[in-house]
Amino acid sequence: MTSAETSAETSARPAAVPRPQPAVDTAPLRALRRRRALLQVACWVVTAFMVVPVYLIALAAFSSRSALNEFPLRFLPTSFSTETMSTFLSSTGVLAGLINSIMVGLLTLVVSFLIGVPAGYAIARFAFRGHDQYQLFLLFTRALPIVVLSVPLAQLFLSTGVYDTPLAVTLLHSALALPTTILLTSAVFLAVPVDAEEAARIFGCTPVGAFTRVVLPLALPGIAAASIFTFVMSWNEVLGATILTLNQRTLPAQVLSSLSDSPLAFRFAGGFFLIIPAIVFIAVMRRYLLNMWGTTIR
Amino acid sequence: MARARRTRAVPPAYLLIAPSVVFMALLLGWPMVSGILQAFVGPDGVTGAYLQRMNSDPAFWSAVRNTLLLIVVLLPLQFLFALVMAFLLQARPKGHALYFYLWAIPLAVSDLAAGLVWLSIFTDRGYLNSVLETLGLGSVSWLSYENYGSMFVAILIAELWRATSLVLVIVISGMQGIPKDYDEAANVFGASYLQRLRHVWLPLLKPSLQVALILRTILAFQTFAVAQALTGQDFPVLVGETYRWYTALQNPHVASAIAMVVMAVSMVTAVIYLKTLRDSTKGAS
Amino acid sequence: MAEITIQNLVKTYPGQTERATDDVSLHVDDGEFMVLLGPSGCGKTTLLRMVAGLELPDAGSVHIGGRDVTYLPPNKRNLSMVFQSYAVFPHRRVRHNIGFGLAMAKVPKAEIEKKVAWAADLLQLGPYLDRYPAQLSGGQRQRVAVARAIVMDADVLLMDEPLSNLDALLRLGFRAELKRIVEQIGTTTLYVTHDQVEALSLGDRIAVMRTGQVAQLGRPIEVYDHPSDTFVGGFIGSPPMNFLDAMAHGGVDGGVDGGTITVGDAKLPAPGGLPDGPVRLGIRAEAISVVDAHTEGAVPAMVDVVEPLGAATLLTVRVGEQEVKVQVPPDVNVRNGQTVHLSLTPRAMRLYDAETGLGLDLR
Repeated sequence: MTSAETSAETSARPAAVPRPQPAVDTAPLRALRRRRALLQVACWVVTAFMVVPVYLIALAAFSSRSALNEFPLRFLPTSFSTETMSTFLSSTGVLAGLINSIMVGLLTLVVSFLIGVPAGYAIARFAFRGHDQYQLFLLFTRALPIVVLSVPLAQLFLSTGVYDTPLAVTLLHSALALPTTILLTSAVFLAVPVDAEEAARIFGCTPVGAFTRVVLPLALPGIAAASIFTFVMSWNEVLGATILTLNQRTLPAQVLSSLSDSPLAFRFAGGFFLIIPAIVFIAVMRRYLLNMWGTTIR
Repeated sequence: MARARRTRAVPPAYLLIAPSVVFMALLLGWPMVSGILQAFVGPDGVTGAYLQRMNSDPAFWSAVRNTLLLIVVLLPLQFLFALVMAFLLQARPKGHALYFYLWAIPLAVSDLAAGLVWLSIFTDRGYLNSVLETLGLGSVSWLSYENYGSMFVAILIAELWRATSLVLVIVISGMQGIPKDYDEAANVFGASYLQRLRHVWLPLLKPSLQVALILRTILAFQTFAVAQALTGQDFPVLVGETYRWYTALQNPHVASAIAMVVMAVSMVTAVIYLKTLRDSTKGAS
Repeated sequence: MAEITIQNLVKTYPGQTERATDDVSLHVDDGEFMVLLGPSGCGKTTLLRMVAGLELPDAGSVHIGGRDVTYLPPNKRNLSMVFQSYAVFPHRRVRHNIGFGLAMAKVPKAEIEKKVAWAADLLQLGPYLDRYPAQLSGGQRQRVAVARAIVMDADVLLMDEPLSNLDALLRLGFRAELKRIVEQIGTTTLYVTHDQVEALSLGDRIAVMRTGQVAQLGRPIEVYDHPSDTFVGGFIGSPPMNFLDAMAHGGVDGGVDGGTITVGDAKLPAPGGLPDGPVRLGIRAEAISVVDAHTEGAVPAMVDVVEPLGAATLLTVRVGEQEVKVQVPPDVNVRNGQTVHLSLTPRAMRLYDAETGLGLDLR
């Protein structure tokens, strides 16, 4: 690359002639590598604490009943069997509970989004009197313990004939999920540039048209993420669902209420079954996780 | 905070939020009011009888003690653990995305499921005792009501496992909002790693830590299913007592009274939460 | 204070195939103000960050004051730095921002006070010492960043585009101030910028970088007047140097005025000893003047655009098919579409290889 003709006055590009490389002190580099190795070890330790329990419950759920009765228990899946799981799934109320849980989850999603998305949009796009108070109020409702709501709601539902139906649980879950849904969707809408919406208006869309054709498609991934979030919240809620139902239990409510009189195998299988959505949920949501929590909280 | 918001015609906004306000008034507001009434109003008008009943139940006070003890011991450990995890991830080890996924899983695990998971470990013929037995150390009845200490530790560990992910995610999302320039600047100006943690990262993470702290405090008052799954009624906690009074003892009034206690503490925490949040937003640029 | 010796530094970022710095060697004398100049992605910031220790090189070495710091962490290098984003800590008052480095080094409080007061005085920050950065303007935050850097008894002062976040007017004012301050404290300085005006005005020497290598190293005026290749000429100066396709006719070997260069129809005298064939003729806009048609060697050109800039008027003209920028005094009266005649100052003409773009000046 260097040229002999370069101006003599200006020392040009450094000559590519190999200079004797001075011995470079690599001690700091070795220290760095040591620290990186330690870092990995620390990460493994934490991972073990987080993952081993999940492995063990899965192991228990897929062990035969006789293997679970052995002591000490085995730590390797040498006696793989679906016996425990299938016993759990065929126990009274479990399948019905599963169906109820899914139904309640989906209904909660629909209700909280029908009501929550417009409100989220309003927060994101409009300045109105009471805007900040409304937002504060939403934050405040997050502090309402489920237990406070459940008992009075049970009485109300008893008197209106809604008690012990998936609808009752849906209403409670929707109310619980609504503030979060509103805050999440408003964050999603805030991330959709106002310019895009205004451009649509300028090129002849009605406000509703601009919303459905421009804003909604852009917001959809975020809203989808928020909806999974809502579903999981409903799937996991146990106390309210137990108080509001007697026969039409959701799955966690069914497991909780039969906890004291069920064999360990049943509880292990139930525990594992309840975890599956969590594993899927986090896998799907990895990308959104930080945004989700980052925004719901402020 | 206030991003591109436009001042426009007022009515549409109210139309959009109206359904949510009505819905929450009916399903959050009304039950709250009626819960308060239930706790203080009996068939013969206003009464303190239910509160007295609650007060005279020894299980109530041990539930208060247990709940508070759990919060006092759990939260510091939890924050320490979450910070360690966050700073480990921040150092970008190989495979950090996988680590983050694995460490975040409990975020979506219900407290009931978490309780059952740890039950498989702590129960008498469970995995922990299997390890001890294999090592020839003999079994321990970790969850027996005679072993208050080990029962407490079991619940503590299960809660640490279940709920630290929440703190982790809040801290990490806070971290992502902090430009790495601050760390680099401190580094260039001679600050060691520990000095940077103390003088740069922790102060800058303060708003996130406050949020996480308040949120976790409110949630910790509601600890229930973990204790229920691990110990049944042997380790009473506040919400568990409500559940017991409502289902087993069929007394919604006392159940509501206890619920009011939980609500009162939660509300106080929430007020502190909103106050500190507002103060801390001032300092940030 | 200390000299910096950079030897054969190679750095490739993980996941990239191009080298960010490609075997760069550079020596900065004790007390010298060295500017690293180049377009974005040329490796100048990478080079600076390797001196700072914020990136580690794949090969090569960095010595500061004779000490091998190649792989030493930043906090052990005794440096100070001004960041592009300022990186002024939002949670510390101005006073504690300025004193940060000293506090980390456990300097006694009284001494920190004294030094902070000195730096605050130098940068006119006295009234703001107890404020938080959020309560300052961008320009004031910038001053805090500079104050924080100069209180340190650092071997080397590093600056990464410190002026680029300021608006144009502030930048102009602060540039002069920065020059005064750095001259006063006399610390060896390595300064990264993509702004050639900044480079010319501040640097004792400029290292112009391109694709991970130093394209030219020299005093500002050398780099401006004698760009080592067409890249440097095209990067430095506003407007950049003009390059015209021309034909060289060598004439007598070694003859001082033996050669000629043909641009379009015009024949211009040129240094001798050139090989016959195509060359690139480089000339700055201010070295071209508009003359009347009868002047010898005048090149006819067609005016395309006239931009009055106040102190001068910038013409964009066409010579044949080639576009040329010409800077004329503001009182020269020309219009679009008019034909003018250009005279090229012979002293200011530079010749470059038509293919490689490397300089051919033979004197």
